[in-house]
Amino acid sequence: MKQATHPNADLPILALAAVGLLAVPFALPPLGFAPNTVNQILVWGLFGIGFDILFGFAGLLSFGQSAFYGTGGFVAAYLLTRAGSTSVLLSLCLGTLAAAAASFVVGLVALRRTGIYFAMITVAIAEVFYFVEFSPLSSYTGGENGLPGVPTPRFEFGSLVYDIGSGWSMYAFIAVCYFIGIVIALRIVRSPVGAIFVAIRENPLRAAAVGHDVHGYKLVAFVIAAAYAGFAGGLLGVVQGFMPPDAFTFDTSGQLVMQTVIGGVGMLFGPLLGATVWLFLRDFLQSAFDLGSAWKLVLGVVFVLLVTFLRGGLLGGLKRATAWLMRRAGIGQPRRGLAPAEAHSLTSIGSSRRREATAFAGPALATRGLTKVFGGLTANKNLNFSVPRGELRGIIGPNGAGKSTFFKMLTCEMRPTSGRIIFQGRDITALSVASVCQLGLTKTYQVNQLFNGLTTRENIAIAALAERRGKLSLDLLRRWHRVSGLEAQVETTLAIVGLTEHGDVPASELAYGNKRRLEIGLALATEPAVLLLDEPLAGMSPRERKDTVQLLKSIRRGRTLIIVEHDMDAVFELAERITVLHEGALLAEGTPAEIQRNRQVQEAYLGGLAAA
Amino acid sequence: MNWANLLAQMFNGLVLGALLALISAGLTIIYGTLGVLNLAHGAMFMLGGYAGYVAYAYTQSFLVALIAGAVFVLLVGLAMERSIIRFFYQRPAEDQILVTFGLAICFVEIVRYAFGSLSKTVPPPPWAMGITSLGFLFYPTYRLLVVGIVIAALLALYLLLYRTRIGMIVRAGIEDSGMVDALGINVYRVFMLVFGIGAMAAGFAGIVNAPVVSLTPDVGESILVQSFVVVVIGGVGSFPGAVLGGLIAGEIISITSMLNPAYAYVMLFAVMTLVLVVRPQGLLGIQGRE
Repeated sequence: MKQATHPNADLPILALAAVGLLAVPFALPPLGFAPNTVNQILVWGLFGIGFDILFGFAGLLSFGQSAFYGTGGFVAAYLLTRAGSTSVLLSLCLGTLAAAAASFVVGLVALRRTGIYFAMITVAIAEVFYFVEFSPLSSYTGGENGLPGVPTPRFEFGSLVYDIGSGWSMYAFIAVCYFIGIVIALRIVRSPVGAIFVAIRENPLRAAAVGHDVHGYKLVAFVIAAAYAGFAGGLLGVVQGFMPPDAFTFDTSGQLVMQTVIGGVGMLFGPLLGATVWLFLRDFLQSAFDLGSAWKLVLGVVFVLLVTFLRGGLLGGLKRATAWLMRRAGIGQPRRGLAPAEAHSLTSIGSSRRREATAFAGPALATRGLTKVFGGLTANKNLNFSVPRGELRGIIGPNGAGKSTFFKMLTCEMRPTSGRIIFQGRDITALSVASVCQLGLTKTYQVNQLFNGLTTRENIAIAALAERRGKLSLDLLRRWHRVSGLEAQVETTLAIVGLTEHGDVPASELAYGNKRRLEIGLALATEPAVLLLDEPLAGMSPRERKDTVQLLKSIRRGRTLIIVEHDMDAVFELAERITVLHEGALLAEGTPAEIQRNRQVQEAYLGGLAAA
Repeated sequence: MNWANLLAQMFNGLVLGALLALISAGLTIIYGTLGVLNLAHGAMFMLGGYAGYVAYAYTQSFLVALIAGAVFVLLVGLAMERSIIRFFYQRPAEDQILVTFGLAICFVEIVRYAFGSLSKTVPPPPWAMGITSLGFLFYPTYRLLVVGIVIAALLALYLLLYRTRIGMIVRAGIEDSGMVDALGINVYRVFMLVFGIGAMAAGFAGIVNAPVVSLTPDVGESILVQSFVVVVIGGVGSFPGAVLGGLIAGEIISITSMLNPAYAYVMLFAVMTLVLVVRPQGLLGIQGRE
């Protein structure tokens, strides 16, 4: 969902890919490409599709893909050469399964940490696979000799027998595999899961806060990448008639990363282009300039320059250049989003399972003895707090009163030192942020937490998808905008927060006031029964404040709202009851009028001046 | 299993562990201060070895080689920070990883082009050749010297970090570099220095190790992987963690190698996994720093 697409937007891409693959046997040989080189390029390209989904879409940079490439390759090659398997296709699929299974286990460990930890752990894991292949398992893998004698495929359709040889007949087989790989990958990245991958890359914290199981989806991306790697590894053995042990080396992982970045990240075809450049330069530089081993130095320099100046790689550069040319030529290119709304009535927000759950009669949200201690500092002590269903509650307190800590604990972003949190009669103290959101409790952030690279409409859709599909759902082949009821929910939310006109604008380009509205919209799209707002008016102009107060009034129907805010006028205007925190403890609670008259509150705020 | 053998292996583990501690300390202070994971750190180790090799070839003096290796890599680190890395501070972690990875390839290939793929050796100083009796064990003299040199280097690094003004700024920068900047201290000059010193730690280890393991352009690759494991075990950004992690990793590799070399890495990885499961922030790491 890099750009939200029209239902058939992929057809031209696929047609182009098909034509390209058909043209290769005619176009490339004059340029000096041998069929075997072309086949290798396709294997790298297929390997890279999975890596691109992992890195380009989900944002996980792995330097350990060789582990799964090798696993898939050696399992398939072993089945074909030693275990007596006669079906190449079946063996390739079993290799793919083995790679996926291995990645599932590895992912459980590697994905415990993110960012640089993930990169370091994947490197380490790949090294382990290499050593295991080389020694303990050498009687199965042939150790440093690899596995020779991998047969070529043979297909029988009744009496029709089709033997795949080497060269261009092998090319036909691999090109079909690559094409199918692209078709599946396009479905995946256009599916709700693909959309959520991008959301996780853009802002993992918010992706979890709107109710997605971030860890689960990362594991899914990791397994998908490994499946592609495993299949490609098997193909490598088939293409070469020999399964080389260096499939497992760190260099293999490194080459994959470099090819993908050179070709372009996040466009699926990047790795193919990168591999073409790589293998062409290798052969060309070595033969034409007699550079010997220096070809890799040239590639290294090219790679550093691309990372520094053209992060989108060659395809990204091409895309930018075309867009620039089209703009110069005055050809408008409207962004295609979800079809703009026909009028949705503001009250027709999709009836969610969650709202029905609000039939619960007790307090919507309550805490018992909630305490948080940081080292020697007690931020919250023994807070007993209860908000009845449907109320609009304000929480105020001087700076350092512990409001933020309290809010973070309420939505399970932070674990309390002791005490319980009860949401609609259910103890949620030990739940995750995503689970709590799925139950119908979420918050807006004091500092905007948006999916900056996505449009306003896509932002809302990400949140709505969590509500529609639950925490983790594997609808990999469904198109995300076809999720039932999604469009209505998105458009209604956009209308409520007044951003319908800005639906196709990237979130990063919105004006500040509109970003604040989107921040609220993200929370609203998850259909919360209880919504916590952390300083929704912070940093707003007087005009924007007025609008936002109106917005808050309009969304309170059918919901319980809890607002932390420093703007006293707004709090006293909006809230039915107000809770005052002071030095981590509950100081007072009552109607705005009661709070205004309360002596202790005056002292807390004015330091005793009012008492004089 | 005989005890002399085990003892010798434990000494080997100490040598390797001390080296890994120094290399990882360099990696971890760079990450802690600048927030950059330097994938070219293994290449720094390799460059230190080759710079020492060249210096030795001209002067036949091991001491000169030692100094030349360290100083050369310090200069490479400073140049790298000034010309490229500093433009990446505001970019995503992935970009930083990619660019240092690319630079590592460049360094390795430059050395391969200049020196070829065949291995080079730097002999230990004549007075440190042969073996020394420790009473209970005969052990190669130079390896004992390595432990001494590396401990001295670690101590120097410790004093620099914990007993000087610049070290205080570095440690403050590890906690919160934005805040240090706000205090009116030029963090970017400190960043440059830290990058240089961190690289130098690896380069110094590279030349110290050269008489033990012969030099090839790829010698840094496995060192890089091992120092990653060390940092994950010890805790990212923690200097004491790097030292502890280095010693643990060195012993695991050596002792497992004695039983079955094929499982050395598997064992190392198993321990890393255990640490990640039981204490995700690393043994001496601080939660939430990532």
